[in-house]
Amino acid sequence: MSFFDYFRSQRKSTASVAKERLQIVVARERSTRGGPDYLPELQDEILKVIRRYVEVDQEAVQIQLDREGDCEVLELNITLPDRH
Amino acid sequence: MAKIVVVTSGKGGVGKTTTSAAVGAGLAKAGHRTVLVDFDVGLRNLDLIMGCERRVVYDFINVINGEASLNQALIRDKRVDNLFILAASQTRDKDALTDEGVERVLTELSKDFDYIICDSPAGIERGALLAMYFADEAIIVTNPEVSSVRDSDRVLGILASKTRRAANGEPPVREQLLLTRYSPQRVLKGEMLSVEDVKEILAIDLLGVIPESQAVLNASNAGVPVILEDESDAGQAYQDAVARFLGEERPHRFLQIEKKGLFGRLFGG
Repeated sequence: MSFFDYFRSQRKSTASVAKERLQIVVARERSTRGGPDYLPELQDEILKVIRRYVEVDQEAVQIQLDREGDCEVLELNITLPDRH
Repeated sequence: MAKIVVVTSGKGGVGKTTTSAAVGAGLAKAGHRTVLVDFDVGLRNLDLIMGCERRVVYDFINVINGEASLNQALIRDKRVDNLFILAASQTRDKDALTDEGVERVLTELSKDFDYIICDSPAGIERGALLAMYFADEAIIVTNPEVSSVRDSDRVLGILASKTRRAANGEPPVREQLLLTRYSPQRVLKGEMLSVEDVKEILAIDLLGVIPESQAVLNASNAGVPVILEDESDAGQAYQDAVARFLGEERPHRFLQIEKKGLFGRLFGG
């Protein structure tokens, strides 16, 4: 790094922004991997049903499929907004 | 029995064919009987990179359809002993590549060769899935760039679940990362993901780092695998990667920029 770079490096480097974005997107894509192909569609439809009653964002519904021995557990995690 | 190695990436243009040509030539130079198989039906390019485009008479699909024998279709490399190429077809019918056909050809090649290098097309369509399906080992070619890293992760997911090894409950496909078009200058400036960043995200072993190099374009212009350019940085980096692939331990080179003088460090970018 050159002498002048010390004054320039206040901003976050684009490489570290790239790394953070990748870590988030890769983690999300891995969580639905290996499961049945209908999982994303299921997640989408559940989200639509919830939105008929409350306004929630895309991230509000998390679906995870865990395997425990012979049995598969579908875990649904729905975050509702705070009441005002 | 041959070892089947797929060179894959998901994203296009990251250096799969360059890598297939280099690794194939490197393994053959090390004395292993090696065949390069182009799976990119409709858009064949391995023949051009290997400099044998004018010698293609029969291709992969001809062999699958029984229109030619393997011996008729295999092209012997003129520079490196033990190296052969099976070109892809220019047909636009992607369904010509059948599961049984590919399996039959790979099984037949397995009897005669030590290594079968499958050069995968970009994407995750039929040709790419078939190139991966029969693999024992995978070389994941990745650029230090967001879309390439994400696509590589997708491909790792497919290798773990949709291969013959996964279907038969055998030990998983061995996956190794080859980081290409790496620029230590831009990493130092914070403009490019570092090799550690990519390793941390993909969490697989590092086979090698190939520096961004003019030698790669020069070699492909001439139809010479870049690994045969002994003087070039990219050629040497590929030689190291092939040695590691064969189990040798070699330090990673070309990860640092050459040292500048005091003047350069004060005023250089």
